Amino acid sequence: MERGIKRTAALTHIFNLATIQQKLRAIVRPLGLLGPSGVWLLLLVVLPTLLIAELSFVPGLRPGQAIEGYGLLNYIRILEPTYLRVLQRSATFAMGTTLLCLALGFPVAYWLAIMAPKRWRNLLLVLFILPLWTSSLLRTYAWITLLRPSGVINLVLSSVGLPTQGLMNTHWAVYIGMTYSFLPYMVLILYASLERLDLQLLEAAADLGANPRLAFWRVTVPQTLPGIAAGCLLVFVTSLGDFVVPTLLGGPTSMTLSRLIYNQFLGVARNWGFGSALSMVLILMVSLAIALLLKYGDRNPEIYS
Amino acid sequence: MKPAANHQNRPMLPSWQALLTLAMYSFMYIPIIILGVYSFNESRYGAVWRGFSLTWYRKLLGDERLFFALGDSLKIALCAVAVSSVLGTLMAVGLAKYRFPGKSLYVGVSYLPLIIPDIAIAVATLVFLASVAIPLSLWTAIAAHMVFCLAYIAVVVSSRLKGLDPNLEEAALDLGATPTQALLKVLIPQLTPAILSGCLLSFVLSMDDLLISSFTAGGANPLPIEIFSRVKTGIKPDINALSVLLILASGLIAALSEYFRVKSDRA
Repeated sequence: MERGIKRTAALTHIFNLATIQQKLRAIVRPLGLLGPSGVWLLLLVVLPTLLIAELSFVPGLRPGQAIEGYGLLNYIRILEPTYLRVLQRSATFAMGTTLLCLALGFPVAYWLAIMAPKRWRNLLLVLFILPLWTSSLLRTYAWITLLRPSGVINLVLSSVGLPTQGLMNTHWAVYIGMTYSFLPYMVLILYASLERLDLQLLEAAADLGANPRLAFWRVTVPQTLPGIAAGCLLVFVTSLGDFVVPTLLGGPTSMTLSRLIYNQFLGVARNWGFGSALSMVLILMVSLAIALLLKYGDRNPEIYS
Repeated sequence: MKPAANHQNRPMLPSWQALLTLAMYSFMYIPIIILGVYSFNESRYGAVWRGFSLTWYRKLLGDERLFFALGDSLKIALCAVAVSSVLGTLMAVGLAKYRFPGKSLYVGVSYLPLIIPDIAIAVATLVFLASVAIPLSLWTAIAAHMVFCLAYIAVVVSSRLKGLDPNLEEAALDLGATPTQALLKVLIPQLTPAILSGCLLSFVLSMDDLLISSFTAGGANPLPIEIFSRVKTGIKPDINALSVLLILASGLIAALSEYFRVKSDRA
């Protein structure tokens, strides 16, 4: 009897140990898988972002200086006309590039996904997005060869007797360069969306008497709206933060938010507090665009299941 | 008669969509082709053709600074990608397997490096490193590059994980494999093509990165920084030649990645 009780006690003890081990394992395994990346993201994404959020409230902070007090001066300074113009210019560049990419990219994606010969579709798509694999810096540099005053475009223009154009260092150059850089993203996303389009719906629309144009606007566009929204968001966000194109092709007339931030840290200005505030504004603009997408676009863009 | 797919009714006439697509292909490739052609141009200035020459390629071979810069870039990219391939894969597997409080926050943070513009991440990293008094070097650049490499590899591996048969791993466990064995011998082999294509993608992004290196590399001088500082002041014919070589290299990497992707889809 006593032995039996002892055995049961021992068994429950072992059983408890097993459950504890099980519980421990249930914590250790996810920690082993997710911990290292988690620490990395915490150290190099979360903490730095929180830090610039803090520094953005320190007026006129120079590198190496101690924090002396907090205030809203950095944000108030952004409201000065000079800086507001920079913000507006950045937003206009990003918006214009997005519209250009949508207008040029939709027909391309439509042709690739619906009209192109089936066996060539994949290859043609890969061919279109192939430039994304090459350096964006070098692809932008390639446009200098075309756009500069003694460049290829002017050579062609003057050889057919047309007046040469001063395209380099203008806003046009920025639009061309950004559209060139980000068009493949738009085509890729729209293609994925158009590929899933149910063509029977178009036939049904035609049977019911809709002409192709009406069917396009009433069936195709609504069906691919999530893709359109996702593509626009991606192009908008990428071009909003782009540094290389406005710097190399836009010249001094195309000061954008990202160039202004760059100058606060690596350029002549050296004002970390103001630079942090500008970075926060950039992050805010990006978050706003994403919030708009989540509200009106694809409601479950989850990649991890 | 069904008027469906009316573009097929007149196959002789190319549609305006086809013409625009053709124009856009030209738009994508003409600048690259022109860059290539002019890398063989004898003339240093202007767009006028002065005869075929390999001068710029020869000059490139003697340019020690560029070789050092390429070395720095390769060191950063290879180290960052090597570590990230392990961490990113573990992270993707962990996210697919476990539910835990704060998971959506974890996922959200892991997306940040893909969403926040490079300039903001670069600035934040610089300020953070300065605040904890870590001097900038090749190593800080590697640490910073790991952030986005990790994120891209995790996304690529996650999308592959969704298409896998979970029964295989369970079968391995039923047959007596430990969870670690099941991970290494059953799951990882199935994920290898996806991991490789994620690695190639993040390698290319790391080799191409200008901003994050500018803010975190300190004395190290990776290739994009060197190229950027040279082309800021205009056309450099030897950079044309370098571009051609780099574009060919990335074309090769793209082809390799496409091969892994197709393999991964068929597996």
